[in-house]
Amino acid sequence: MYNSTRLAILGVAHSPTSIFDPAATPARSAFGLSMLVLSVTLAIFLTVGGMLLYAVIRFRQRPTDSDREPAQIYGSNQIELSWTVIPILIVVMLFLSTTRVILDTQAAPKPSDALNVTVIGHQFWWEYRYPKLGVVTANELHVPISDPAKPTPTYLALSSADTDHSFWVPRLAGKTDLIPNRLNTMWIDPQSPGLYLGQCAQYCGTQHAKMLLRVYAQSPEDFAAWIKQQQRPAEPDLSGNAAAAEGQTVFMHSACINCHTVAGTVATGRFGPDLTHLASRDTIASGPVQNTAENLRQWIADPNSMKPGVLMPSMHLNDHDLDVITAYLTTLH
Amino acid sequence: MAHAPVLEAIDQTQIRRRPPLDVLYEWVTTVDHKKLGLMYIGYALLFLVIAGFEAVLMRIQLAVPNNHFVSPQVFNRLFTMHGTTMIFFVAMPVMFGFGNYLVPLMIGARDMAFPRLNAFSFWISAFGGLLMYFSYLGGDGLYGMGSAPDVGWFAYAPLTAKVFSPGHSTDYWTLAVLLSGVGSTGTALNIVTTVLSMRCRGMKLSRLPLFVWLMMVASGIVFVAVSPLTAAQIMLILDRYLGAHFFDTQAGGSAVLWMHFFWIFGHPEVYILVLPAFGFVNEIIPVFSRKAVFGYPAMVAASVGIGFISLSVWAHHMFTVGMGAAGNTFFVFSTMVISVPTGIKIFNWLATLWGGKIIFKVPMMFCIAFLFQFLVAGLTGIMLSAAPFNWQLSASYFVVAHFHYVIVGAIITSLFGAFYYWYPKMTGRMMSETLGKWHFWLFIIGFHLTFDFMHVPGLLGMPRRIYTYEAGRGWEGWNLIVGIGALFQTAGTLIFVYNLVRSYYRGEVAGHDPWDAWTLEWATPSPPPSYNFAVEPTVRSGRPLWDLKHPEDLDENYE
Repeated sequence: MYNSTRLAILGVAHSPTSIFDPAATPARSAFGLSMLVLSVTLAIFLTVGGMLLYAVIRFRQRPTDSDREPAQIYGSNQIELSWTVIPILIVVMLFLSTTRVILDTQAAPKPSDALNVTVIGHQFWWEYRYPKLGVVTANELHVPISDPAKPTPTYLALSSADTDHSFWVPRLAGKTDLIPNRLNTMWIDPQSPGLYLGQCAQYCGTQHAKMLLRVYAQSPEDFAAWIKQQQRPAEPDLSGNAAAAEGQTVFMHSACINCHTVAGTVATGRFGPDLTHLASRDTIASGPVQNTAENLRQWIADPNSMKPGVLMPSMHLNDHDLDVITAYLTTLH
Repeated sequence: MAHAPVLEAIDQTQIRRRPPLDVLYEWVTTVDHKKLGLMYIGYALLFLVIAGFEAVLMRIQLAVPNNHFVSPQVFNRLFTMHGTTMIFFVAMPVMFGFGNYLVPLMIGARDMAFPRLNAFSFWISAFGGLLMYFSYLGGDGLYGMGSAPDVGWFAYAPLTAKVFSPGHSTDYWTLAVLLSGVGSTGTALNIVTTVLSMRCRGMKLSRLPLFVWLMMVASGIVFVAVSPLTAAQIMLILDRYLGAHFFDTQAGGSAVLWMHFFWIFGHPEVYILVLPAFGFVNEIIPVFSRKAVFGYPAMVAASVGIGFISLSVWAHHMFTVGMGAAGNTFFVFSTMVISVPTGIKIFNWLATLWGGKIIFKVPMMFCIAFLFQFLVAGLTGIMLSAAPFNWQLSASYFVVAHFHYVIVGAIITSLFGAFYYWYPKMTGRMMSETLGKWHFWLFIIGFHLTFDFMHVPGLLGMPRRIYTYEAGRGWEGWNLIVGIGALFQTAGTLIFVYNLVRSYYRGEVAGHDPWDAWTLEWATPSPPPSYNFAVEPTVRSGRPLWDLKHPEDLDENYE
């Protein structure tokens, strides 16, 4: 029944971020609970709303009515008791069902081969660190899919470098806030490969709107390959690419390195996203912009034109430097 | 009859026209609860129009994806100012305005217990609102940073810290809310004292009109709820200017602490606003159903119960901050429990309608709409109380739709009913029924277009407080409908304002008791003289005017 309801809802309102299209256990158990709560509230709505409608039509004043006031009824203990006790029973039922889902999600035992990822929210981008794997990336989270028979969920340890943020990928799980000076956890176990979208759900400043989330769920093999690639420091072969080689020199001698890291080089800044494998990402600017050479060039020239309020300043580079830095960055696979 | 010469003398003194400066002086220096009540209401209406305009700008920006109607900075200021204004400078003052005006009249008193505190509370709240809007001019300060505050109406730490919010915009927000808090506390104190000590002969607590009961409970909540907010504002000022670290996470402070302070205010605040709205409905529904309210003792008990339980539910705004299973479970329970007394109220209103003779005048139409909309708002509230469902819904447009259903669908809707119902008492003139029906239908159609459809993008993953969104997320059509609804609501509200002004000059003369009602305010002329009652009334039941009109079937026989 849940499945047919789900399809009916999806037919009316289709979205890649619908909470009625769950693809992981936490989202699925929230969905199950939501169906229960929705059916109970719908029943209450139909009952009480129907009574209201009936009363308003049935007891309206009619021109044929006499001038006498209707009978004054001051109350009835039996009736009032019944509409106190019945709601209490409904509340108890809903409370117990809710508690079960809370415990299933928040107190679920952590499997030994769960993947750990540290998520750090920044104004206005996401930092992902895989502590046991030595991988650092930004804005695009890669996780393995989880087989229900042999679960390999991903546990996210969430904190923030500045203001409050919230991690919300509706098809995978409900949201959990990223709060500075505090560590929160949540877990996801997407069961089929694909790209799951979401975005920051706690107002965090000017560009809260363009702090998008992209979660790539991959088969175990693809995920292992991705990890392997990310673990290598960026050692692009620049011998045949004079522009990129020059771009590297300009990059390493400009203020870029104060905020950005390119592993294996002097660029070790941590204020902005890690660029070691920038060219392997689909998007820049934390999601809203496709990662093409032209977009990248425009972004470096004037980040504010694409994301007004972004903290990355325009470096006022000349056209030549822009070209060569773009050429260099596009080699960082 | 003995008092007739007195009343005539009063009527003559009221007719005399006076120079405008005298009138202004009288209003600025007045301590009369009725004048202060009207000033509260007028001030709230002014801010309602301003904050409503801000909402329309936001809906234009969001009507289509990737819109560039306003910049992100301007949008963030708009939603901060809209929320703060609507709560602190529209909803609270208008409720206190009606409370101020009606409570002494309903309990047969000549004024509030502390008339000068009353004037002080009004003026300090009024200055709070002006101060906040002055931020558009003064917020730039020496730093040239920002203008109006842009931290959101709940101003979560550490976004309000100096490092993330330089300049003075946040200071304007803090001080405005602080002043409003002082004013609210003063008025609440005044209302509780007035009800407890100024009742006329025979007006036992068990005979209080329900509106008075509800104003008293709401005022009681103000004591407990507003104080932590005011204290938190002082802590925030200390953080910003004197190097304290209450909320400064970079120095070991706690962002979650602010959330607790804010929501231990923020959730009871909903009840501070909705209990007076219940009060309006409790007065209007019986009169237009021609029946006594059903289950008066249960209604009082439910109100007091809501008052207490409302103090224990605040962290349901914080299900996503990582409270852990035990904390979440507690707040799920307390939140679900509050639906029981709330349900009792809805059922009792239904039972009041049942077997009555329902008269569809404009005040009653708004109350019927209130019943329907409050039912829906309560049911979406139950959905939000189920924590795992809440993890999906919180901070999404579903929540925005839910609380606007409460605030606009229940509170503002019943408030419009209250305006049509008590306007004749306040001005001596009836409001136009024809314009009122236009207002009703435009506003209610607009309300449902906006807020019914606003739930959907939330279910489809749209978070609140984003100034734009990309196409292809399934949100665009819904947001367009929401925007169109906003225009209907604007049209309805403008007709309402026009009706208020027009009826003042051209409305039909109302007389003492145009609705054939039963509470004491209808026993005195419209508008009431400054002393309210020439002789202190004596009552023998909860419906003194019923007793006068129906000596054969006295209410007191059923107490």
